[in-house]
Amino acid sequence: MDKLNEKAWRNDAAAKVTGRARFTDDIKLPGLVHAVPVYSDFVHARLVDVDTAAAAKSRGVVRVITARDVPGSNRCGQILKDLHVLADDKIRYHGDVAAVVVAETRAQAIAAAQKVRILAEPLPELLDPEAALAPDAALVHEEHGTNLIHRHVIRRGDAARGFAESAHIVEQEFRTPFVEHAYLEPEAALCRVRDDGVVEVRGSMQHPYSTRRFVAEFLGLPLARVEIVGTPLGGGFGGKDDTAALVCARTALAAWLTGRPVKMTYDREWSMRESYKRHPYRMRYRMGVGADGRIRAVECRIVADGGAYCSVSPWVTWRSTVQCCGPYIVPHVDGEVLSVYTNNVFTGAMRGFGSPQVNFAIEQLVEMAAEKAGLSGVEFRRRNMVRQGSTTVTGQVLEGHAVSMSEVFERVLAESGYEAKLKRSSRGRGEDDYYGIGLAMSYRGVSLGAEGTDFCAAVVSVQFDGSVLLEAGIHENGQGAESAMILVLAEELGIDRDRIVYRRPSTSAVPDSGTTVASRATIMGGGAVSRAAAAVRLQMAGAVAADLGCRAEEVRFAGGRLTAPGGRDVGFAEAAQRLYRDQKYPYALGVFPAPRVDWDESCGQGRAYFTWVYGCQAVELTVGRRSGRIRLLNAWAAHDVGRAVNRAALLGQFYGGMAMGAGYGLFEEVAMTGGRLRSLNYDTYRIPRSIDLPEMNAIILENRDPLSPSGAKSIGEPANEIMAPAIANAYFHATGRRRFELPIGGEK
Amino acid sequence: MKTAAPTTLVVNGRRLRIPAGDRSKNLLTFLREDLDLTGAKRGCGIGVCGTCTVLVDNKPMRACRTRVADILGRSLTTIEGLAAPDGSLHPLQKAFIDCGAIQCGFCTPGMVLAAHAFLLKHPEPGRDEARRAISANLCRCTGYQQIIDAIMAAAPSYKKKE
Repeated sequence: MDKLNEKAWRNDAAAKVTGRARFTDDIKLPGLVHAVPVYSDFVHARLVDVDTAAAAKSRGVVRVITARDVPGSNRCGQILKDLHVLADDKIRYHGDVAAVVVAETRAQAIAAAQKVRILAEPLPELLDPEAALAPDAALVHEEHGTNLIHRHVIRRGDAARGFAESAHIVEQEFRTPFVEHAYLEPEAALCRVRDDGVVEVRGSMQHPYSTRRFVAEFLGLPLARVEIVGTPLGGGFGGKDDTAALVCARTALAAWLTGRPVKMTYDREWSMRESYKRHPYRMRYRMGVGADGRIRAVECRIVADGGAYCSVSPWVTWRSTVQCCGPYIVPHVDGEVLSVYTNNVFTGAMRGFGSPQVNFAIEQLVEMAAEKAGLSGVEFRRRNMVRQGSTTVTGQVLEGHAVSMSEVFERVLAESGYEAKLKRSSRGRGEDDYYGIGLAMSYRGVSLGAEGTDFCAAVVSVQFDGSVLLEAGIHENGQGAESAMILVLAEELGIDRDRIVYRRPSTSAVPDSGTTVASRATIMGGGAVSRAAAAVRLQMAGAVAADLGCRAEEVRFAGGRLTAPGGRDVGFAEAAQRLYRDQKYPYALGVFPAPRVDWDESCGQGRAYFTWVYGCQAVELTVGRRSGRIRLLNAWAAHDVGRAVNRAALLGQFYGGMAMGAGYGLFEEVAMTGGRLRSLNYDTYRIPRSIDLPEMNAIILENRDPLSPSGAKSIGEPANEIMAPAIANAYFHATGRRRFELPIGGEK
Repeated sequence: MKTAAPTTLVVNGRRLRIPAGDRSKNLLTFLREDLDLTGAKRGCGIGVCGTCTVLVDNKPMRACRTRVADILGRSLTTIEGLAAPDGSLHPLQKAFIDCGAIQCGFCTPGMVLAAHAFLLKHPEPGRDEARRAISANLCRCTGYQQIIDAIMAAAPSYKKKE
């Protein structure tokens, strides 16, 4: 049981710690040329001409590419095909790419890019989402007919009645800013057209299958003629979806048109300028509480700035809708969540995916309501939190898994010494720096839920010598997905993990398994691996059962051997060889289809997710009386992860998630003026450094999830989505002042 | 007495003659493109993130803000030069692996070198000192905690050397 002292293990650690790991920009090919994007300085304009003549004559230039050169469709997108891969009719935000310059060296390409002249007629700039909803507002996408991207509603019970029954009502507006993923590796792509006619793409991206769709549609090729080859990725956090795929598509076109291998590596400034961000939210909330301290009703209207393109805004805001009331029982709910086009940088997936924003609001609102009702935040949460068999605000009955909300909450209270520290909190009193503790909690629907079709494939192929090849439709984003799947397989087959090689997946080898987002790598990938392993076990056991004198299903796989109940056994490799001699392969494609969910979009009701992760975090801080400087002293996190597959990697998700959440709470904000980003590098966009963070305490709870074949759930996003409200609550307990807008400050 | 300006650079223990045409190059570009030492990464290009950290005479430097000419005659260590010539890992590299200090790995080379330079000077650090030692190197994945664990775990191996 002393797993905590076990040494950490990852299949890619040695390569990464020695510098041998080759990220996209580290790879060189003979005859390589370099591509760079060309931006305009417009924010919203009708495009008249992209004049490439001077650039084309510039030294070293191989080709200058514009929308006129696109052989396939210049429009793509995961939900609405509103992304223009190369600007053709309009410039819709400051990061739109109007041309790509290809040259013998990167420096030559950059020099030539200055010479591309972009002529355009400025249009009114829409920078405020609520103003963009005005009936007479100019349109970002004329063919869409409105600047409203999508509107979700949630209606449960009768909110008016709920408020009428309430003894206390709190009402508040909350705001959150644009936030940058700040993955340390900027976007990069490396493409070539192979002699078999296949366009081969490597790139810094976390969703090979939708990148393949983007590239294939852009080039007008069938999916089978585009192959995305897995390459180490220097961080994604949801940010290497659309933009990364666009970079791959443009690079693939350059390779297609020039016949040369092409690399496009982004400068940090281009990455920040062009890549999508986390949605800023404006949230107006009203909560009614009965005399018994139970929540009666919640009303909310949430407006998300989607920026210039749809991206996955409807999905992000859907999660916000489902989780708009936090992990609390609320009988009457009336809410709407709107996403809106503007000419700001577009927004899309970022770790948390619509939950960090609503959690920031609701986890403060419950404490405000508690205070009004004369209850402590702790008691209020105990009265209102979901428990086994509770019905959520979307009408889903929480069953079929352990609803451990109370368990994680009580563990954090106990381990942080919360209530004693709360009593010691300054509340704006005293001579010294203010001191406070705060917490926040959430439940989080696992994987995609009713967003879309959710299934995943894995291939297990046992070789003649008993070594094993594993591939899955899950991308290694740095989180340790490959290692987790190797460990699941090693356990299922009862063999040493060193016998297993995770083959870098290719979109041409493993069926489309969706994107590696939504904290779905371990649950979905691990599920597919478990299924494949079960099939292989049956094949191998079937081949040796007669010799072992038992039935196939009685054979146990452990210690590298197949063992009958009576104790007779055979080695794993020998069993594999037996199959080969019988002209059979120990080989299986495992598929894990996510259990069914259902959703009624007209009222926002349904079984939204097949299972949930429960989490709670607390933080202790001081606030400088004069400086206003916030210093984090200690932090705790408890999450029910189902099962810990790779403990060290799991802890890494806890700590990394809390750190990113702390940045969101304290100081992260993309600064913009008139639709132009002022935060373009790490000097103007601050992410947490080691000295900004406290010692963090991780509390791992394991209630094996029956709906997950491997028993494991998720952690990447749960760990990230509640630190900001915990900080906000601690800030209040320290200073006596509520902060309704993120970030809540560093030095003043 | 005048001495001739140096024209060589020791890279990971090997002395290289640097042709005149290469001396004005950006050190990071030179390492990555000319020497194919791609362990040092370009994360920001302005000397803030630390992914391009290399050691010059065992002191951390930002390769992206350095010209080759600035370090001629000195000894340069990149992440590729930290393991023993036979490929066996340095105790600090082992500690990074054993403590789970690696996720995406993009900051890792610079982080390991910054930690190495620190431990050479401070073989008995407190946890807070270790935390401060890596404050100039950004990591977006780990929250730094397991990196600090790794520095603390590797520290005894530095003490023995002295």
